[in-house]
Amino acid sequence: MVMEIVCPAGTPAALRAAVKAGAHTVYCGFNDETNARNFPGLNFNRNEMRAGIAFAHEHGSKVLVAINTFPRAGDEAIWQRAIGDAEICGADAVILADPGLLDYATRTHPRLRRHLSVQAAAANADVINFYAETFGVKRVVLPRVLSVPEIAAINSETDVETEVFVFGGLCVMAEGRCSMSSYATGLSPNMNGVCSPASHVEYREDQGVLDARLGGYLIHRVERGEPAPYPTLCKGCFSAGEKAGHLFEDPVSLNAEKLIPQLQKAGVTALKIEGRQRSKSYVAQVVRNFRMAVDALDAGRPMPEGMLARLSEGQAMTTGAYKKTWR
Amino acid sequence: MELTVGPNQFFWPADTWSAFYDDLTRSPVNHVVLGELVCSKRLPFYQDRIPDAISNLIEAGKDVALTSLALVTLKRERKLTAELAEMGVMVEVNDLTALTHLPRDCEFSVGPLVNVYNEGTLRWLASRGARRVCLPPELPIGSVAVLAATAAELGVAIEVWGHGRLPLAISGRCYHARLHGRTKDNCQFACEDDPDGLDVLTGDGKPFMAMNGVQTLSDSYACTDHQIDLLRSVGVSALRLSPQSRGFTRLCQLYRQRIDQDLAAGDLATEVRAASADIRLSDGFLTGAYGAEWSETSPQSTTSR
Repeated sequence: MVMEIVCPAGTPAALRAAVKAGAHTVYCGFNDETNARNFPGLNFNRNEMRAGIAFAHEHGSKVLVAINTFPRAGDEAIWQRAIGDAEICGADAVILADPGLLDYATRTHPRLRRHLSVQAAAANADVINFYAETFGVKRVVLPRVLSVPEIAAINSETDVETEVFVFGGLCVMAEGRCSMSSYATGLSPNMNGVCSPASHVEYREDQGVLDARLGGYLIHRVERGEPAPYPTLCKGCFSAGEKAGHLFEDPVSLNAEKLIPQLQKAGVTALKIEGRQRSKSYVAQVVRNFRMAVDALDAGRPMPEGMLARLSEGQAMTTGAYKKTWR
Repeated sequence: MELTVGPNQFFWPADTWSAFYDDLTRSPVNHVVLGELVCSKRLPFYQDRIPDAISNLIEAGKDVALTSLALVTLKRERKLTAELAEMGVMVEVNDLTALTHLPRDCEFSVGPLVNVYNEGTLRWLASRGARRVCLPPELPIGSVAVLAATAAELGVAIEVWGHGRLPLAISGRCYHARLHGRTKDNCQFACEDDPDGLDVLTGDGKPFMAMNGVQTLSDSYACTDHQIDLLRSVGVSALRLSPQSRGFTRLCQLYRQRIDQDLAAGDLATEVRAASADIRLSDGFLTGAYGAEWSETSPQSTTSR
């Protein structure tokens, strides 16, 4: 069976572009704090969601709605309403992380398919099977802490479908379990759907040196003319003891295209591309390339090589935790 | 209001570990959670000390629980997690994997690394047998108040992170090993030289984080001196103090005095800073604009940000 390509869409235009480019599945979110890419100008209102899902279905693609932040105490109704609206809009599944919300969806929307978000950081077969038994979860998006052999081992012990990230931004920390961003800025992925928010970024150039700060903390300092990466906390340049450098992770993004055959052998159902904040042309290009790759794999043809390097915008690429030495 | 000592987050020599829990038998704390939270590779170095520590603490009148790991991936870690239920004390779940191994009618505690952000999750955990829940440190006081009220209805005790470096992230990668040019599998226990974590500074020398193997902590030490009265008023039943290598017994006494009103608001922080001048305090997650912030005064009433 052809591996399923799961593509991001931050806007209705990106959704249509992804579908036309051959995405089997598109994932997106409502334009509020219920999803983990809650950026200004991004995401779907209810009408756009309904129309986007109808468009995708007409073209034979599915749509998953991410409702994967953790509801704020006292305001759960906002998240519960998002689940109801996703079902009304015709979503093929919702992607959830919060146990309380999973429990709610299981009880009140039993026919709506439930996927477990990467934000739940379910990293072994025991807990994945538990989510399946307790909340009827049909698919899990695996956290980016696992090697390919570990993913294979999980698949041998569960009937839950697995979806893994293959391209785009890379969390170094276990997702859904990081509050570095709120420590520095007050806004976090879990509570607000943002990490290292642009609202707290400050660039200052002085005598040919460009400083990038987040919440007042210096994350990068580069000479004029050097590439200045966005100041994402965990990819900053820090010092500890006698050493200085990118102590947590280099400013790299994930590219596991070469591992697609191994991931298929490991029993992975779907390949996920990160980047709901990306442009529609970027999304279309990534989708086209990954679709080509999985179609080639399915037909027994050689995989196209190095197809995505130029999309990384000059950033270095990594295969992340899929190779054990990353740890 | 009670005091809970959370699991030691760091890698200490076995004798230091034993002495720490021996001291706790004589300190004014009510609950002690012990065991390995951060890295399963550390456990063999002190695992055989755990049964004695448990029985000594119980004999001293402490309520004892054993923590699960914060991130369970390897087969060996799954086995360790499954065995927790057989140790004869309450299990503190810090990864939901631990919950999957508990008998259905078994009561348990929930640690700060489980995402309890709302009433729905709290109710679901209570329905599964949760009796104590230490809330995630990033929650603001507004959320704490709502959850404490719900917990009261459910008969669940609510704890809040009271003091110590904040656990901000857990990873598959070991940063101590990376710092020494090694991988996690060949870490050679680089974290053992930093009994309170290794300070991480920004490029211009500002303290920011602390690394502790696969864990990332705050540089600052959370301190609830200014929030204790507020936390009590919203129904929080215990403060969690996180083990540190120096002055911990004294710290427990200071918190006990502050809770009992034998110390005025502000005096606890003054004492803490007098004992170790180089540490920074924070309380921003509870009542500030961001986690690293420190308030010099106590808030008057329940606020949310």
